[in-house]
Amino acid sequence: MATQQTRSIGRIAVAPSVIALFLWMIVPLAMTIWFSFLRYNLLDPNPACSLMTPGALMDEANRCLAGTSNYTYFLTDPAFFKAMRNSLMLVFWVLVISVTGGTMLALLLDQAIYGRNFVRLLVIAPFFVMPTVSALVWKNMMMHPVQGFLAWITKSLGLGAIDWFAHYPMTAIVIMVSWQWLPFATLIILTALQSFDEEQKEAAQMDGTPPISFFWYMVIPHLARPVTVVILIETIFLLNVFAEIYVTGSGGRAGNLPFLVYHYGLLANDIGGASAGGIIAVILANIVAFFLMRMIGKNLEA
Amino acid sequence: MARAVPLRRKLIFTALAWGIGFVIFFPILWTILTSFKTEGEAVSLPPSFLFFDWTLENYGIVQERSDYLKFASNSVILALGSTLLALLIAVPAAWAMAFAPGKRTKDLLMWMLSTKMMPPVGALIPLYLIFRDLKLLDSHVGIVMVLMLLNLPIIIWMLYTYFKEIPGEILEASRMDGASIGKELIYVLAPMALPGIASTVLLNIILAWNESFWTLTLTTKNAAPLTQFIASYSSPEGLFWAKLSAASTMAIAPILVLGWFAQKQLVRGLTFGAVK
Repeated sequence: MATQQTRSIGRIAVAPSVIALFLWMIVPLAMTIWFSFLRYNLLDPNPACSLMTPGALMDEANRCLAGTSNYTYFLTDPAFFKAMRNSLMLVFWVLVISVTGGTMLALLLDQAIYGRNFVRLLVIAPFFVMPTVSALVWKNMMMHPVQGFLAWITKSLGLGAIDWFAHYPMTAIVIMVSWQWLPFATLIILTALQSFDEEQKEAAQMDGTPPISFFWYMVIPHLARPVTVVILIETIFLLNVFAEIYVTGSGGRAGNLPFLVYHYGLLANDIGGASAGGIIAVILANIVAFFLMRMIGKNLEA
Repeated sequence: MARAVPLRRKLIFTALAWGIGFVIFFPILWTILTSFKTEGEAVSLPPSFLFFDWTLENYGIVQERSDYLKFASNSVILALGSTLLALLIAVPAAWAMAFAPGKRTKDLLMWMLSTKMMPPVGALIPLYLIFRDLKLLDSHVGIVMVLMLLNLPIIIWMLYTYFKEIPGEILEASRMDGASIGKELIYVLAPMALPGIASTVLLNIILAWNESFWTLTLTTKNAAPLTQFIASYSSPEGLFWAKLSAASTMAIAPILVLGWFAQKQLVRGLTFGAVK
């Protein structure tokens, strides 16, 4: 069907995108890998090279080979373990909250209720709020220990106020990010539920299938795929959470891997160390991506 | 065929759903309400919900002091610019892959998707240095390019799944009737593809508008969009909640409205067609 002519036109049509994406992927990555093996500090035109590796060759930017020392330095930095733990905790808890909450909410919204479309608008809204806005709104208006709305509620209940960002920065970030991602999980799962064949439901009803077995044997398997998709996609985005931590100033205690790399590079000017951190983040993300790609690949065939 | 649902059950579920919806929406609602209060009322406890002196002064002050319109126009330029630029190269690519697939089309699509998995921190340092050396930091061109490349895989994928749904027979028929590829594109494909393209544009404007890793790290003032504008309110110089709320409301309102229209596209675009 595809003639020689259309095929070559097809190649020309695809080329710009492929070239652009190829450069976008390979150039920064190659540079990051290269930098990660250099002793390279932006501010300090630096004695570090001659001091730490005697006889090392320096180029005009005062860079010299550092071997794997950036990696050993980054990997043994206590901040790395903290950042890694924060990264994983953030992903884990937000996934737990958004997936269980999203599934329950989607099941509720799938029932016959009045004004379903309106409720869906309310539920989906947080997803469209830009991260910097939700960071400041939650930090101030909701979670402020004195004038925040949550403080008012807990005080009215006689529980006393909680200074979220001072005492539980990680919990605060998890709540905030869950609020942003619960809508996404709900919407995806709800969409999947609504694509459920109405006839199957009726057939089950006519056969007198108890609602619980229907739910267990029909609905749960049907939800397996959208839930997996939600988990994998959210994981990719959640590993990269940055603005919420940066804007609320929680980087010190709740900082994750992206924040640590940012800190190394743009705050401490240690390009070599930051690049090593970046590569570690890339490896982590690739492990996740591997599973996601396989899933979507299967779907493409179906 | 509608099933009969007991009224009581329906009422209980309705109340529950509305309650949860209200709680989830509350922070946004609260921000909008606070933006119409005076600073005094904004921090007063117990909070006043509806019975306060409604005022518009915060909006005026926000515009006057921190030049909202400049940041907003930057957001529009960056979101529209990056989306349209991406469209320019994505439409031909998606078209070719959907209608003249080769042996490696699938691999190519997967590879494009994999670029999306690359965490931005892996590219932050080199990009920052390249931008610094090329004087692209805080420039519109630079950020437009970054946002374009960032969303290009999603755009190609979305277009691809939409184009796939256009029956190829129609194209063949038009070809047999002697339509050139150009004509085929304009008269046959475009009318059928437009809804899909519109959805793609909509979703990507939303994504670009809210993108807050590159916009926070690569812009400062000149090309800074609303994400940076709001971040500037984080300085702890005291509590200006009413103004912060007004600024926030103005930053999210346009995209919230667009987003409500784009719910379906969102599902499709962000799951790369895995859930429809």
